[in-house]
Amino acid sequence: MSSVDPVDGDVSDLALGRTVDAESRLWVQGLRAAGSEREAVLARLHALLLRVARHEVHRRSASLQLRGPEFDDLANQAADDALLAITAKVDGFRGESRFTTWAYKFVMFEVSTKLARHFWRTTTVPMDQQDWDRLPDLLGVQPHERAEWHELLVALRRAVDEDLTDRQRRVFVAIALNGVPIDALALELASNRNAIYKSLFDARRKLRASLAANGYLPHTASRRP
Amino acid sequence: MNHESSLDKLLATDPADVGCDGTFELLHVYVEVELAGQDPQPRFPGLAAHLRSCKACRADYQGLLAAAAGLDG
Repeated sequence: MSSVDPVDGDVSDLALGRTVDAESRLWVQGLRAAGSEREAVLARLHALLLRVARHEVHRRSASLQLRGPEFDDLANQAADDALLAITAKVDGFRGESRFTTWAYKFVMFEVSTKLARHFWRTTTVPMDQQDWDRLPDLLGVQPHERAEWHELLVALRRAVDEDLTDRQRRVFVAIALNGVPIDALALELASNRNAIYKSLFDARRKLRASLAANGYLPHTASRRP
Repeated sequence: MNHESSLDKLLATDPADVGCDGTFELLHVYVEVELAGQDPQPRFPGLAAHLRSCKACRADYQGLLAAAAGLDG
């Protein structure tokens, strides 16, 4: 990974020093079973996942235009796909948490993915149009401050045009300027959240370095992770 | 004028940031540490840094915290 490394938190003591709780063990055993026992566990788990998915879609739906049937479809699809992911990855459950907490993580991921699809069905964003006029508002610049900010914003725009790769520019403009959610952009670019985030991370770092090099921002201690 | 304060949010990066995949890998543990009444940030500084910066992963974290805290069973 070029700039964001998945190295964090020693969980070895959690994995090795903690026995899997009885309920979690039953879930795992049930998912590894066969026949009617497995079917019963799958049905029970799906009901739990659907409950969580409904709650999560509702929690995030304040800013969405979700009608009743769409709400139900989205929650059901998220629960269905989370169940598929969980059954495929159950051997990766290491007992570092309750099984259900681990399982709910997949619901969150699937709800995010489904909402990204919903975003493009209900929103039109000009992907290549840089909405620079919005930037002062995004930065909280007051109308009477715009003149003194002008030079800085021109420098930022020049850095976006000259210092970023095409990919970094597209990601930065879409997310930072046009307000496209990262999962929606990942869907549009046939990518994934982590890859888009890395591009955004690199773009931000380059832009900050460029502005600092030209005296618009103070230099900060920087090291690649 | 204070350019840094408002640009910091737009251009902020933390070298400790573990990224979205690194966050997904350990988010369930992070949440359970928090639900146990402990502060997970010292143990998972890179994950905490990521949650401060990534709106999407922060939404997942908030949802998982709510689900694990109140919807279990």
